[in-house]
Amino acid sequence: MTTDTIKHSDAHAHAVTHGHHDTGSIKVFGFWVYLMSDLVIFGTLFATYAVLMRGTAGGPSGAEIFDLRLILAGTLLLLVSSFTYGMAVLSMTAERVTRLKAWLVVTFLLGAGFIAIEFYEFRHLIHAGFGPDRSAFLSAFFTLVGTHGLHVLFGLLWLVVVLVQLHTKGLNDMTRPRILCLSLFWHFLDVVWICVFSFVYLMGVV
Amino acid sequence: MKDSPVAHGSVRSYVMGLALSLLLTAIPFAVVMGDLVAASTKVLVIVAAAVSQVLVQLILFMHMDTKQEEGWNLMSLVFTVTILGLVVGGSLWIMHHLHLNMMIG
Repeated sequence: MTTDTIKHSDAHAHAVTHGHHDTGSIKVFGFWVYLMSDLVIFGTLFATYAVLMRGTAGGPSGAEIFDLRLILAGTLLLLVSSFTYGMAVLSMTAERVTRLKAWLVVTFLLGAGFIAIEFYEFRHLIHAGFGPDRSAFLSAFFTLVGTHGLHVLFGLLWLVVVLVQLHTKGLNDMTRPRILCLSLFWHFLDVVWICVFSFVYLMGVV
Repeated sequence: MKDSPVAHGSVRSYVMGLALSLLLTAIPFAVVMGDLVAASTKVLVIVAAAVSQVLVQLILFMHMDTKQEEGWNLMSLVFTVTILGLVVGGSLWIMHHLHLNMMIG
């Protein structure tokens, strides 16, 4: 009887670690499908921006209001945070919980830095009279960049939740898939940001 | 969980991903901020760097390949990119012709 139980739990552990269709793997795939639908949202916002970017209504164009040094700083923070999340996943695979938590905290701080820069930029623009109500170009700009920023903000909230759950529940079959889903989410936001800084900011200044 | 999309990395792949990302960010920023080449060249460099960097993120950070979930991850991505091409390309195409026909701007 006892041996059966042990055999059973071994088989279960095996399925969780190696199986293609264990629940954890299905959760991560389901999350991937969500990310694809999120990508369609960003795609429509990019299309809207591309169509409206010349509609400045006598207001400023991108070249006049974009501060590329600020954008470069934010970009570097987000890029490095994508890397530190990767290191967090490696620590998780190696079962090193303390190290995992440390990398997640570093990722959180870098993401928070990015949000702070974006907040500063938006505040600066709105105070100068270049808010989303100024022109079609600025409406599309604030919607696109703001939607990405909102995603990062929710990513930060999710990081806090994961850290709390790691503290209270530890690393288990429930927290593992969540950390992997957030990892996909975080890298995904980096991919969207690459398109934002390339096609909105850099193209806007060219 | 080792078969999950993100659990395949190694320190080497992540360091390589970071180095490539930094390089592919530095190049377009330098080209635009340095103002050394023609505008059309700048656009070309920005597009090339962006596409390469997205691929770096997908392959080295998100570990996309044809084996994940029997290719369904990649399949759904290809489907989404197709839809995106229709949405973005179609919008620009239609609005460009609308713009010409209305003779505005």
